[in-house]
Amino acid sequence: MTTSSRLDRRNFFKVSSIIGGGIMFAAYIDTLDAATAWAAEPAGEFAPNAFIKIFPDGMVSIVAKNPEIGQGVKNMLPMIIADELDVEWKNVRVEQGMFDMLVYQNQGAGGSMATPLSWLPMRRVGAAARAMLVTAAAKTWAVPESECSTSAGVVSHTSGKKLKYQQLIDAAATVPAPDLATVKLKDPKDFKIIGTSQHGVDNHLVVTGKPLYGIDTVLPGMLYACFHKCPVFGGKVVSANVDEIKLMPGIKHAFVVDGLTPLQLNALVSGVAIVGDSWWQVQTARKKLNVTWDEGPTAAQSSAGFAAKSLELSKQPAQRSLRKDGDFDGAMKSAAKTAEGAYFYPFLSHAPLEPQNTTAHFKDGKLEIWSPTQQPQSGSRLVAASLGMKESDITLHISRSGGGFGRRLSNDYMVEAACIAKQVPVPVKVLWTREDDIQHDFYRPAGWHYFSGGVDAAGKLVAWRDHFVSFGEGNSFAASASLNGAEFPAGFVPNLALDASVMSSGVPTGAMRAPGSNGIAFATQSFIDELAHAAGKDPVQFRLDLLSNATPAPAPAAPAAPPPGAAPGAGGRGGGGGPRFDAVRARGVVAMVAEKSGWGKTTLPKGTGMGVAFHFSHMGYFAEVVQATVSKAGVLKVDKVWVVGDIGSQIINPIHAENQSQGAALDGIAQALGQEITIDKGRTVNTNLQTFPLLRMRQSCPVEVSFLKTDNPPTGLGEPALPPVIPALCNAIFAATGKRVRTLPLSKQDLSWT
Amino acid sequence: MTVTFKVNGKSSTVDVADDTPLLWVLRDHLDLKGTKFGCGIGQCGSCTVHINGAPIRSCQRRVSTLAGADITTIEGLSADGTHPLQRAWEELDVPQCGYCQAGQLMSASALLAKTPKPTDAEIDTAMNGNICRCTTYLRIRAAIHRAAEMKENAK
Repeated sequence: MTTSSRLDRRNFFKVSSIIGGGIMFAAYIDTLDAATAWAAEPAGEFAPNAFIKIFPDGMVSIVAKNPEIGQGVKNMLPMIIADELDVEWKNVRVEQGMFDMLVYQNQGAGGSMATPLSWLPMRRVGAAARAMLVTAAAKTWAVPESECSTSAGVVSHTSGKKLKYQQLIDAAATVPAPDLATVKLKDPKDFKIIGTSQHGVDNHLVVTGKPLYGIDTVLPGMLYACFHKCPVFGGKVVSANVDEIKLMPGIKHAFVVDGLTPLQLNALVSGVAIVGDSWWQVQTARKKLNVTWDEGPTAAQSSAGFAAKSLELSKQPAQRSLRKDGDFDGAMKSAAKTAEGAYFYPFLSHAPLEPQNTTAHFKDGKLEIWSPTQQPQSGSRLVAASLGMKESDITLHISRSGGGFGRRLSNDYMVEAACIAKQVPVPVKVLWTREDDIQHDFYRPAGWHYFSGGVDAAGKLVAWRDHFVSFGEGNSFAASASLNGAEFPAGFVPNLALDASVMSSGVPTGAMRAPGSNGIAFATQSFIDELAHAAGKDPVQFRLDLLSNATPAPAPAAPAAPPPGAAPGAGGRGGGGGPRFDAVRARGVVAMVAEKSGWGKTTLPKGTGMGVAFHFSHMGYFAEVVQATVSKAGVLKVDKVWVVGDIGSQIINPIHAENQSQGAALDGIAQALGQEITIDKGRTVNTNLQTFPLLRMRQSCPVEVSFLKTDNPPTGLGEPALPPVIPALCNAIFAATGKRVRTLPLSKQDLSWT
Repeated sequence: MTVTFKVNGKSSTVDVADDTPLLWVLRDHLDLKGTKFGCGIGQCGSCTVHINGAPIRSCQRRVSTLAGADITTIEGLSADGTHPLQRAWEELDVPQCGYCQAGQLMSASALLAKTPKPTDAEIDTAMNGNICRCTTYLRIRAAIHRAAEMKENAK
């Protein structure tokens, strides 16, 4: 490292030899170049980083820097590099990157940000390496570079001379570093890997049961641990029978851990650690644990209490206005038809199938951690802050995650393991039970929307008010419990009021797949449906008309600031609307899903109906149609879902894009069908999967996925396909039965009809 | 207590508390990590193994009941990862996070052993106890059909 100015370092690219042969390309990546300004992370330091290694046998190793949680990033990122490098995918071996903030910059799995943040930087990494190989070949042959081309890991000269990349290892090592900012990228029509279906790089390991996940970590001499917390959020240990527990079979240590002060639910809270020879022995001992708790103030809170408070708040003037356009009250008075609707969605748990776990080893003042985390950066920082360590003394290995869905953006389990490991002289694996996971989540917050709206005689939406009741303090919303002042249909209705009131809560909340959007889209797109019916308009046409009805923008409200402590990139940015919302793209997906689903073309029998909805989140535009059948007795069957998405000009890995979109749609259906976390006496009532039902095969239905490719930069796909499916389903139920669903989950609704 | 049984064709003896579920014996004593822990109450199917050929939730089966049993885990489903189901899973790119898939494969292989050409309804019944949190069910179902086809063609 000889340069120090940021501009020099930003585009630094170097090549070095690997001991034992081979060549390694290292790069500084410029995340700012890759993203639109609003998506950019704060600029940090840039440092060298190895992405590509070319070996003498022609194999190419490419690093996937971000955590793999099932979203397919371990294919996507290396595919981009490999295409620009111009090698064959079959010769690529993918390596999971270690956590290294200086080297890799942003390594999070959240906010569907991997594609928009990586698209250009990863292409440049590949292209720069390719350029160096071309330079090396041209020098070797003493010909102009312009007469050289590459294909499939070979540099060719117009004379017919060829050199394989691995034959250029020594020559390329002496080539000066190219400028990443100006390195020539492929014309997209020349992509050979991007846009082709490449199966998951870990598939063979998955289907043969090889150890891959955090829970599979084994270290020599390792002990197993559990961490028993107060069932009431924020409760503290007063006393515990740890001396008795220590005498139980296989138990090596049992001790009380004081949580951090002040209380930080997403870091280290008070509890009892039990450490032993096997996890089963630890769990057996845990059953004999006798703890006296100071439950604290949250013990007085409940779902029923929140609902009563919400109703009370809804009848009062809103605590604050998020946006006000035109004259809502006046427009309601002159509207031809009006409607009102009070919508509710419950707390939800993420329930990734691999329970939370982390293995940690504290030795000689240094900590080594293996963790399935979506946010290694904030995890490492949190461990350092919680334990009073330097981040430079922490090494963090990113394990493949058995699902994430936003749960592993919080690193509470990582801090627990680190804290326990610091007190035990050997490596320790902390593993939660499913009950721990469901009862100590950072829940998708419940939310209430009290709507009123009106249409004019021509059926045009002229008045819209949403009094959103949520959790928070004063002028701030709790994590992932916010409404953006730009939320759709803001900007498309001349007289609009978005208002909010909040109540305090001790229930931990956090980002869950399409945070904010996953609840707001249900409420908003359902009430739009109510107004379409009030207007006597077809629900697709009503939406297309609404999207053509952009009102001259008043001063746009500032996007809601992420709540303190929220994971970067996970706060639901890009949800709903705002200056980035492109109505043309939204209309495009609505029109296409109508065509794909045969909307309005078939007459369905009573009891069967189609519903439509669209939503913009995480830079992606999705419109979905659901066909559902409800028996007279009220038994619901989801027949089919049509998904149409616009995530830009490229679908990088189509076979995985389909899988991801189908999964998101069915995930949404699972939420709508039967999921609800209930709080009573400050604790989660649900215990395990029998009281928090995940979707089963028999409940799944065909999901037809199509993409509308538009001339826009590619964006992410982990989240945006989820939000529209829930209102589309509820709108289909209305079409089938005439019953409007305003409260989730559906399992609590009477859908019977005559 | 000491128990001896066969795992993937090899005799294994473990000395553990008699209420230890097979799942934890496999994972933590025999270091066979392919069998996964998801719920611990027999609801998710991630821990499915074959005991004497039948698909069983290993989190619910005490090791004390297994003397002499013949157990197959995902690691023993085939010698080289080429069971038709494993090939079909790869061919159709079934996994997302992949965590549940070992259990799915063990339930599916027990189904195909009994019912070589299952219908959709038979697949749904056999597989309904296996949760995929990423909801890859459409591909799981298609891959079971594909594996049945491969077996048929191999005859």
